[in-house]
Amino acid sequence: MRRRFSAAVILACIAMTVGQADSALAQEQQDTCLTCHRALPAGRLADPATLYAEDVHAAEGFRCIACHGGDATVVGPAAMDPDKGYIGTPERQQIPALCGRCHSNAEFMKRFNPALRVDQVAEYETSAHGQALRENDDPNVATCTDCHQSHSIKAASDPRSTVHPLNVAEMCGDCHADSTRMEPYRLPTNQLDDYQTSVHWQMITDGGDLSAPTCNDCHGNHGAAPPGVSWVGNVCGQCHAMMADLFNESRHSRVFALLGSPGCATCHNNHDVHPANDDMLGLGEGSVCARCHTDEDPGGQTAVAFRSAIDSLRMTTEEAHALLLRAENAGMEVSQALFELNGAEDALIKVRATVHSFDVDAVTTETEAGLEIAVEAQSRGREALADLRFRRLGLVASVVIIVALIIGLVMKIREIEHGA
Amino acid sequence: MDRRWLGDLWTWLDARLGLSYVQKIAAKKDVPVHRHTIWYYLGGMTLFLFMVQVATGVLLLFYYRPSAEEAYESIQFLMAEVEFGWLIRSIHAWAANLMILTVFIHLFSVLLLKAYRPPREITWISGIALLGLSITFGFTGYLLPWNELAYFATRVGTEIIGVVPIVGTFMLSLLRGGPDVSGATLTRFYAIHVALLPAAAGVFLAVHLFLVQKHGMSTPDSVNAGEQGARAMPFFPNFLLRDLIGWLTALAILASLAALFPAELGVKADPFQPAPVGIKPEWYFMFMFQSLKYLPAHILFMEGEAVGVFAFGIAGVLLLLVPFLDRPSIRGQRERLFIWLGIAAIAYIIVLTILGYTANPTQ
Repeated sequence: MRRRFSAAVILACIAMTVGQADSALAQEQQDTCLTCHRALPAGRLADPATLYAEDVHAAEGFRCIACHGGDATVVGPAAMDPDKGYIGTPERQQIPALCGRCHSNAEFMKRFNPALRVDQVAEYETSAHGQALRENDDPNVATCTDCHQSHSIKAASDPRSTVHPLNVAEMCGDCHADSTRMEPYRLPTNQLDDYQTSVHWQMITDGGDLSAPTCNDCHGNHGAAPPGVSWVGNVCGQCHAMMADLFNESRHSRVFALLGSPGCATCHNNHDVHPANDDMLGLGEGSVCARCHTDEDPGGQTAVAFRSAIDSLRMTTEEAHALLLRAENAGMEVSQALFELNGAEDALIKVRATVHSFDVDAVTTETEAGLEIAVEAQSRGREALADLRFRRLGLVASVVIIVALIIGLVMKIREIEHGA
Repeated sequence: MDRRWLGDLWTWLDARLGLSYVQKIAAKKDVPVHRHTIWYYLGGMTLFLFMVQVATGVLLLFYYRPSAEEAYESIQFLMAEVEFGWLIRSIHAWAANLMILTVFIHLFSVLLLKAYRPPREITWISGIALLGLSITFGFTGYLLPWNELAYFATRVGTEIIGVVPIVGTFMLSLLRGGPDVSGATLTRFYAIHVALLPAAAGVFLAVHLFLVQKHGMSTPDSVNAGEQGARAMPFFPNFLLRDLIGWLTALAILASLAALFPAELGVKADPFQPAPVGIKPEWYFMFMFQSLKYLPAHILFMEGEAVGVFAFGIAGVLLLLVPFLDRPSIRGQRERLFIWLGIAAIAYIIVLTILGYTANPTQ
């Protein structure tokens, strides 16, 4: 096998030497790896050389020998001399350290990308992947090249990259949605399907919001691991800071920890996080409170009170909005009242967030603040519609008076002209 | 008792103001009665709408604040908080539109009936000046609420002045008070709208009314040529009472429009926002705006728009000189060329205005 490979490389080099102009060879003299491997028939030996043309490392001037070792100034098997550091295809266990030679070296990396972190290998060591590789010598777990590719590595911001936010879920799903691969680890394979029904996925794909979370945002980039039950809130709190703070101070935070429930995910799920709605509160259909509470315990009664507060604020705000829109469509000037009604809509958002404190007083205070604005707007809307009715009545009265005057004038003209 | 008191007051005022002289003139003044008499009411109706404009405009001045920072808010306050503020502003806006409509109808009725014939040339010229002033009133007043529509329509409208060769750039800068429509343009337009134009309109209106009084109503040739000639009715009170019916009808229309379709305010102007799609000028500029859109980018060595503006300028001058160009009428001959030209102009204005509102704005 080895002999056949050497013969193929030699033949390729001879063909290159004969078939190409001296000048072309001279240009690539410093990288004989690419010269020979590109000349090989498409396949395992030629593809890396072809793919590497668009690799981010190639753009920075790194050649094959940076990872594979050897001597790129000589042609043929002599270039692949182990005495010259040639390692061939690195063993999977070698890959993190191989990448880390550069990527863990802050002094070296800042010459190319000062903003890039240099703790990827250290993080990887803490990940479920890294631990299985190191402790179990498991060659099937993901290493650097499984996520980033081997020879066509792109910056994470490049939409062609496997680690671009739009592609991360599919990339992780290559293994984690594959039941054959996951079977030895007894891991579920529904995460990708679940995630692709979530509001987060919708935000990325439909909303074009690349800051919305995908797998790595919750599980870590290189230190990928399932969040611990006690610190799920910290993961969600990266974005939902206000809710996380309120929840962490709440009674539920402590109770969930005691029960071993995974914080936010207890009510909102983990991968299939759907848009939160008011039906989740209370004890009715779709309620998450009803999973633990009934109308006979104080928790259930509080849940009903929360739902009632939110419903009253929402309905009052909607009614005020409808009244003002009716008035506006009839030509009344209510833009200031409509602007002020935004305060009630803001209060509604705040009340929904405050629910995460599970504090009745806090929710009541915020609800009352919003209701005050909404009731005022409702009253402005009613006044505007009453004013509209007054205008119409006034118009009718004016027209009647004007018509009476016109009739009087016509009679006067007739009287004058007939008299004459 | 009352009658004696009124008589005493009349005598007192007559001694000081010469009211009996005015009464004599009014009693002597006759208005021809024929099948075209109805057009005589258009002038009076325009005058009534102008008076409504003056009255409501003065009331608006109590609340309006002429600056880019406060104009919109002051109108918003007027519309939402001031008792009957909405009514005053809506009547002002609708009366402006109706006045320009009656001015146009008055102009074309005079043109088609050839009421500009000697010795009424200066009456015609003062009327054309009043037409120009009315349109300028409309153009300057439109910007004053400082809303998005007004801002961008004014920007487009003033840009047209900029295409005039040689002096265009200077005139544009003079009108805007800078390179673009800004707070300086607003205060400029305000000064023109509430000071310069009313003063000029007052002068031309006085001349126009004096000449109408001096020469009386013109009787069309077709009526004069009839065997019977024109009958007549006394101006006071017969014609004046009929005029009052027209004014009351206009008032009822104004009240209905103001109550059912109050003037909108829209969104405050933001010079940093892009212009809304399909921005259109006021309806009375639409035929000119639409005509300019149909012109090619270049005509001979000039820009298409500049040629269009030049052509409308020439048309305005020709309109002004109609009494002197219609030489057969000066000689007392019946000549229909100018009647057909007038009908063609009316058709052109109506068709281009309809196209302006119905054609695709991107074409």
